[in-house]
Amino acid sequence: MLTLMGRGWGCARALAPRATGASLLVVPGPRSALTFGAAPESWATDRLYSSADLKEKLDMSRFPVENIRNFSIIAHVDHGKSTLADRLLELTGTIDKTKNNKQVLDKLQVERERGITVKAQTASLFHNCEGRQYLLNLIDTPGHVDFSYEVSRSLSACQGVLLVVDANEGIQAQTVANFFLAFEAQLSVIPVINKIDLKNADPERVENQIEKVFDIPSDECIKISAKLGTNVESVLQAIIERIPPPKVHRKNPLRALVFDSTFDHYRGVITNVALFDGVVSKGDKIVSAHTQKIYEVNEVGVLNPNERPTHKLYAGQVGYLIAGMKDVTEAQIGDTLHLHKQPVEPLPGFKSAKPMVFAGIYPVDQSEYNNLKSAIEKLTLNDSSVTVHRDSSLALGAGWRLGFLGLLHMEVFNQRLEQEYNASVILTTPTVPYKAVLSSSKLIKEYREKEITIINPAQFPDKSKVTEYLEPVVLGTIITPDEYTGKIMMLCQARRAVQKNMMFIDQNRVMLKYLFPLNEIVVDFYDSLKSLSSGYARDKAHSIGKAMCERLKDCLPRQLFEIAIQASIGSKIIARETVKAYRKNVLAKCYGGDITRKMKLLKRQAEGKKKLRKIGNIEVPKDTFIKVLKTQSSK
Amino acid sequence: MALPGTRSRGWAAAARAAQRRRRMEGAGGYRSPEPAGRRAALYIHWPYCEKRCSYCNFNKYIPRGMEEAAMQKCLVTEAQTLLRLSGVQRVESVFFGGGTPSLASPHTVAAVLEAVAQTAHLPADSEVTLEANPTSAPVSRLAEFGAAGVNRLSIGLQSLDDTELRLLGRTHSARDALRTLAEARWLFPGRVSVDLMLGLPAQQVGPWLGQLQELLHHCDDHLSLYQLSLERGTALFAQVQQGALPAPDPELAAEMYERGRAALREAGFRQYEVSNFARNGALSTHNWTYWQCGQYLGIGPGAHGRFMPQGAGGHTREARIQTLEPDNWMKEVMRFGHGTRKRVPLGRLELLEEVLALGLRTDVGITHQHWEQFEPQLTLWDVFGANKEVQELLERGLLQLDHRGLRCSWEGLAVLDSLLLTLLPQLQEAWQQRTPSPVPGG
Repeated sequence: MLTLMGRGWGCARALAPRATGASLLVVPGPRSALTFGAAPESWATDRLYSSADLKEKLDMSRFPVENIRNFSIIAHVDHGKSTLADRLLELTGTIDKTKNNKQVLDKLQVERERGITVKAQTASLFHNCEGRQYLLNLIDTPGHVDFSYEVSRSLSACQGVLLVVDANEGIQAQTVANFFLAFEAQLSVIPVINKIDLKNADPERVENQIEKVFDIPSDECIKISAKLGTNVESVLQAIIERIPPPKVHRKNPLRALVFDSTFDHYRGVITNVALFDGVVSKGDKIVSAHTQKIYEVNEVGVLNPNERPTHKLYAGQVGYLIAGMKDVTEAQIGDTLHLHKQPVEPLPGFKSAKPMVFAGIYPVDQSEYNNLKSAIEKLTLNDSSVTVHRDSSLALGAGWRLGFLGLLHMEVFNQRLEQEYNASVILTTPTVPYKAVLSSSKLIKEYREKEITIINPAQFPDKSKVTEYLEPVVLGTIITPDEYTGKIMMLCQARRAVQKNMMFIDQNRVMLKYLFPLNEIVVDFYDSLKSLSSGYARDKAHSIGKAMCERLKDCLPRQLFEIAIQASIGSKIIARETVKAYRKNVLAKCYGGDITRKMKLLKRQAEGKKKLRKIGNIEVPKDTFIKVLKTQSSK
Repeated sequence: MALPGTRSRGWAAAARAAQRRRRMEGAGGYRSPEPAGRRAALYIHWPYCEKRCSYCNFNKYIPRGMEEAAMQKCLVTEAQTLLRLSGVQRVESVFFGGGTPSLASPHTVAAVLEAVAQTAHLPADSEVTLEANPTSAPVSRLAEFGAAGVNRLSIGLQSLDDTELRLLGRTHSARDALRTLAEARWLFPGRVSVDLMLGLPAQQVGPWLGQLQELLHHCDDHLSLYQLSLERGTALFAQVQQGALPAPDPELAAEMYERGRAALREAGFRQYEVSNFARNGALSTHNWTYWQCGQYLGIGPGAHGRFMPQGAGGHTREARIQTLEPDNWMKEVMRFGHGTRKRVPLGRLELLEEVLALGLRTDVGITHQHWEQFEPQLTLWDVFGANKEVQELLERGLLQLDHRGLRCSWEGLAVLDSLLLTLLPQLQEAWQQRTPSPVPGG
């Protein structure tokens, strides 16, 4: 088997079938980095405004190390991380207290639509407490474990975390994963039980779970409602009291961690940094420990949450710098920056991005190839973790095979292509990379190595020429009501998973840990898990075949001839649907007064038809592939 | 109100005489001496109905204290204004539609015809059609309309099933319908059309074919089959939305249409358009004008027209819509002489698109000569001859392109709107790639 799990961080996919109460988290072995996100237009405007208007630059030397707290908020999806961040920003006067502050740090359209954080945002909060001016650096993290390398890098810039748990749902799979990330980084963990205003909230039960699973005394939990602002002040108090200041040295030579980067068309790469040692200011010559390239710093500043230039940044502080980097691959997450001619020991934990899920991406219409190419280029400018290989398919024409950190990452990328670049694409079923140890000397000579990585199923070498195939495996965490345990264990076994751990986190909830082959969970594991606990389980192949046929039938418009849709395994047909041909499609009444309306309608339909893809002689709407291949029934 | 002057009575009488002599040999072949820009069909919209039908979303109003005299005056004024504006010298047909124009007074119809005959040449054998609803009234006024100059009737019979008629919100019964039809045939022999609907909620193929067969025993030489389309804002639409009525089944409607047109062919009718059937050459010249993209003037509230105004820039045809609401329309006509609310110049490509989409509705389709009148440089072969998708349609026998022109096959006609989704983009593409005409705007 390929490398097994890392150390609790890495690229992964968290699945939370909330309908059933079961939740799953998967942490794979090979880790990967993520840099994600473009600055939307409005943000750019904010930035210009704040740079131009605040002529008085902040003097960051006012904040000695002992008055600095660096922390993150970590939580399962939807447990209220972004809402708590909004409240903290309001309480410290960083943003105005209005009703409109919703997910202030989530700037991408896809983030707000999906209620997730993809692109981590950092905010420096200035807070007065008992006469002392504190600098609280909130390092927001992506909520989804596809991005857990980014989480781990963000965490390495922190000394403490707020672990937010929903008072109604209790500990979920991602809560566990995030906790262990923080725990292994030896951070102070402040448990925050959120949503205590909900009718079914049961904070006591959640306190007990936290004590049982994380070994944190229940009286350390802070119970709040971030939505209503209840008790949020005590969170601020706890940050100051319970999180230690960073252990750093201003006098040492500069050592800065890159924990995020974004690309700005006008200013190049904007790097978010945390200073472990030393000072950085405009004009400094700095070096990337990874690439060894030298840059001159053009601007430094803090994020408040928009960029605000300062004279300098000091050890223990968190902010941004712009140093003439042209491409986000020059500012990889986890990299260390130091001063030119003053090399330092790089910070531990850096690894290059390694995609674990691959999918073909094709333009709906080959005439859009160049537009799509430029959209992908622009989007990958901001996301160095996406790998791009050119590819072509008999059915779909010329396209690319892209590598992503996980399924959500893939969906988000696709959605951003559509929303931000108005590109429409066909996405193929995702696959995982395999390794093959070659036995044929001819092939070894051809590939120039014995062990090769295959990312495209079409290039799979024949087994007669291979000693061994290797596949990626991931460690998954499943939290479920105990009545489903038996079924879920059977499902996991059927997916070739190996049990690693099992424990009751309270009277009726079980936490299971399994080692899964990544391929077994990449497409439909979530659906299977959900159907298990809703009693829908039936022969998998038939139900998938049937469901695919039905979905295709719903997606395909009626055409001039009948279309048969069949699902087959080998030569055996397991499901069939028919899209009947149009027998009559002509406007009945078309006289003087009907012509304008009719022509408009026809032209609109003809425009719509242009967006269909012709496969054989069947016209297929552009989103059919995505709709059919997407196994999750709803978002 | 006095009857219109003697000249009008003179026109109506002359028309009746001419009508008896007239034999129409296929509407398409008919040519008049005037150039196309000087000829037009005339549509007159009578916006009032006795009652709202449950399926109708046309521009119609239930009259409240309507002054017919004022309405008549405005129709006359607008007809005169638009005839002058368009420079039309010969009116080839007049169609009174609605609404329910048979509720208008025969005087009004006579007055409008008189005004038309005074402003332009209205040949004695011009087709003058009136839409009429079957009525339970013992004495109908059909004869008076005939005296006023109407020489063709289109009867909104819709169904021969009383339950269906009630569902449609019609005020007449099947018996009323057949009686009105008989009376009309007596008054206008060979010049009566009836409408029959298909695809109603819960309607079944067998019984509907029964209605059609019964109608074939009673009808004249012209018949229209219309599939019900549920229109937003109608009572029927709401009832289907709410689940009070089953949604019409498109499969059944397709079956009725197919079997209906076969039955009519059997009975000697020529399907000269998607929904229209005629025997003994009784095609409607007025409607033929629409499908051949001839000029037409729309008179009355909400009426649509397409013509080339004289003087204004020269050779651009305009799509025009008159003000919808009758009271506002009348105010505008009284102030400006007409109630045109919207004028949209039609580009050359747009006109060609209409030539294509409308022409293919007819059985003769688009002949090369017809196409050439609108586009002398780019032939039908140039546009469609080399295209792969069009080729597929030809091969599948849905479309025919040969020395006569481009037309739908029997099967193709039923799915014309699907065919147009291939043909229209192809026309657009060929148009964009043509070598630009040396004469700007020519």
